[in-house]
Amino acid sequence: MIDEASLLPFAGLANGLPSILAQTESLWDWSLDGWIIATGILCSLSGALLGCFLTLRKLSLLGDAISHAILPGIVGAYWISGSADSLSMWLGAVIVAILTVWLTESARHYGKVEENASTGIVFTGLFAIGILMVVRMDRVDLDLACVLYGDIESTPYDLLEWSSVPIPRAFAIALIVFLLNASIIALFWKEWFASSFDTGLAASLGLRPVAMHYLLATLTAMTSVSSFESVGNILIVAMFVVPPSTAFLLTKKLHWMIVVSCLLAIASAVLGHLAAIHVPRWFGFASTSTAAMMTIVSSIFLIVAILIGPRDGILFKIYERWWLSTKILSEDILATLFRDREQGRSPRSSLELQKHLLATPFRFRLALQRLVRLGWVQFERGMVTMTPQGNIEGQNLVRSHRLWEQYLATQTGVTDQRLHTQAESLEHFTSRDMRAALETETQSPQLDPHGSPIPPEGTENVSRNP
Amino acid sequence: MNGWWLDYNLRVVLAGTAMLGAASGMIGVFLLLRRRALIGDAISHATLPGVCVAFCISYALGSHEKSLIGLLLGAAISGTLGALAIVGLRHWTKLKEDAALGIVLSTFFGAGVALLRIIQTLPAANAAGLEGFIYGKTALMIAEDAYVIGIVGLVLCCSVFFLQKELKLLCFDSGYASSQGWPTVWLDLLLMISVVSVVIVGLQAVGLILVIAMLIIPAASARFWTYHLGTMIAIAASMGCISGVLGALASSHFDRLPSGAAIVLTALLFFLLSLAFGKEGGLCWRVRGIYFDEKRVDRSHVLRGIYELLDMKGIGIPVGALQTEEVSANELQQLRTWPTARLSRTIRQLIRDGSVVGDPLGKIALTAKGIRLSRESVRMHRLLELYLLRQAELTGEAVDRGADMIEHSVDDQVLTLLEREFGKIADVPASIHPLNPGASPHDR
Repeated sequence: MIDEASLLPFAGLANGLPSILAQTESLWDWSLDGWIIATGILCSLSGALLGCFLTLRKLSLLGDAISHAILPGIVGAYWISGSADSLSMWLGAVIVAILTVWLTESARHYGKVEENASTGIVFTGLFAIGILMVVRMDRVDLDLACVLYGDIESTPYDLLEWSSVPIPRAFAIALIVFLLNASIIALFWKEWFASSFDTGLAASLGLRPVAMHYLLATLTAMTSVSSFESVGNILIVAMFVVPPSTAFLLTKKLHWMIVVSCLLAIASAVLGHLAAIHVPRWFGFASTSTAAMMTIVSSIFLIVAILIGPRDGILFKIYERWWLSTKILSEDILATLFRDREQGRSPRSSLELQKHLLATPFRFRLALQRLVRLGWVQFERGMVTMTPQGNIEGQNLVRSHRLWEQYLATQTGVTDQRLHTQAESLEHFTSRDMRAALETETQSPQLDPHGSPIPPEGTENVSRNP
Repeated sequence: MNGWWLDYNLRVVLAGTAMLGAASGMIGVFLLLRRRALIGDAISHATLPGVCVAFCISYALGSHEKSLIGLLLGAAISGTLGALAIVGLRHWTKLKEDAALGIVLSTFFGAGVALLRIIQTLPAANAAGLEGFIYGKTALMIAEDAYVIGIVGLVLCCSVFFLQKELKLLCFDSGYASSQGWPTVWLDLLLMISVVSVVIVGLQAVGLILVIAMLIIPAASARFWTYHLGTMIAIAASMGCISGVLGALASSHFDRLPSGAAIVLTALLFFLLSLAFGKEGGLCWRVRGIYFDEKRVDRSHVLRGIYELLDMKGIGIPVGALQTEEVSANELQQLRTWPTARLSRTIRQLIRDGSVVGDPLGKIALTAKGIRLSRESVRMHRLLELYLLRQAELTGEAVDRGADMIEHSVDDQVLTLLEREFGKIADVPASIHPLNPGASPHDR
């Protein structure tokens, strides 16, 4: 007997979408959640746009380095200006961010320090200085937790008046940063395109890859600094890395990669906010951080892409390999049947064949089913025999095998012991044209190196023209 | 008198930070060589959800106190999961190393933040201390912590000692290692688990972010002193150890100096010193090398200039003569548009050297030594010009400029090959282009 109370946290899951939507009615407020989602979308769009170039240039961790390294910039600006005014802190942070990139590049260039290490040294060193400054400062009313984790939920409460329309400040900043990123990418598309893939070529074409590197770094710095109030300076790293990586797995062209990662960014912002409101409720807690849930949602997209991605998805690859090995097993069955007929042996039962080919029962059944479906094999009094069409296929397989043995023995000097194994794997990937070429190369032999006759090319004339 | 070393508490802290520094320096060397310096970054961020889950579990079990062992266990588990995720992403997908690190870092940290936000809303939960993990609290280190760090350090030392050959192979040529049948994936995992253990014990001492620094900075500093792996490990471990001790001491002496930051800044100071003065690739040595090279190139150009001037005037330079005809420094300057100061400095050097006699600003002549050296220099230049003309199919100015650039880095072996290329040219070949300064490509 199941205790009903123990199921209660999962009630939302069990009742499905309608109940979530019903709950949403009570928890949702367009004037609040609308702004939060809009700000989240803009932040993650900016991240995704730059992230595509960062990922391709193997600079994914630049955002992470910058977001730690700007601490002394923020504290220093606070120190000098004496107020938590966001413009001065923003300036301080951007200056230190550019300094970070410059120091990293110089350590790499002049000190010959390996790239990862120089990034690590510079950002941790600056972070240590920042911590020191925070502690040495008299008035610490700087909310470090806010910088680290972000507070996108409080976005709608900090409003700006823009032609008498109240707009959240964070939204306005995110919009400006997004437009700036988008227009600079559009403007320098050619330069960034070339330097992402081939820095040497870009330099030789006069596309200034070094300047573009600094421009990208500056934009990255500005984006992460601008979003640290809303998204937090570590979770912006997710927006730089995760959607572009997902898109990288799914696409092969840069513009498609950008489109896909932007779509993923929008989806993860929307779903992330919904998840932040609802998921903790299933377990009986209050809502959690939207920025964190945006990260988790985009990572879920990544995991899905890794599993079922159309080209490189793990499940797809497993299926492909599995299908191929079944196909090879079925061809092995045909070749065995052909050899049996050639040597006048009596037909075998399917169990005998399976034992002969050392196949597992399940896979053998699948391979046999494939042959039956193709009409290459039939059952006669419990014994497996070839149809005329199957005979042609089997003949061509054995022909491929023996031609390969002949070719390997005469042309490449493969040792006798390895002839059979090599030919055994090659025969499955040999087309009619290749067989013809092999025959020409080996001067149309009658016998293979083991003395077995090489059958002629099987043609489908008989079955095709009745 | 100095009583600091009598304070039991401080001694514990010093022992702990020293061992932490040594262990992280040692592991850091392998990470640096494996080009994985930033893996500590990803793993240390990946510990956050483990800490939060451990806290939630202990809360659910009714304990409202933070159990340190439980939290560290949680951190260790999620750190290991993070390491496995990095290896998995590298192995199963075509994502690059940096992307894998960034994904693991941000996803795990995101999960941690989501949990932390929930924990903060729990009634009567004392979650304040959790954030201490991010910044570190060295001063609160107790004897047990130092023991834990000591044991971890000892285990790491032993495993590095016994697996040195395998780890070396993994760092320098992992492809070869796996082709020789070494279990590279397992060795990689072992290295990552070492990182996880350093990060876990470092969380307490210097905090989540500064422990990354301890994994990178001592190792990168040690690289400036040696190219030998064993020595590099020793140097990195001692640098980490000394930074730990000095940082902790400084932090205990000065008010409001957080120990984590103090330790990292001490290590950074060591790095800057190594970067400046390190024997293998330190800036001072490299600049010195460049300076002396420049001097050598200048001397050779002046000698060649004198020879070419004499050649232009049709005055022979007899082999075995004690001194040649005089040329003026002014003429020499026109040949190549040298800055006056640089030219006279170089001539003064040559006079000190015994290759040239005369007045640095007036008339100068080659001595017997100068004749020999200038002949060698001109011969090399003209042989290279011939080679570039015939083999590289360069023409005109490009030949002269090309030879000008190459001639200083060519050794005797190449000279022998050049001689073989053109048959035996014993003497200085005639120039293939006019030496007239007006038409000379030397004018820049």
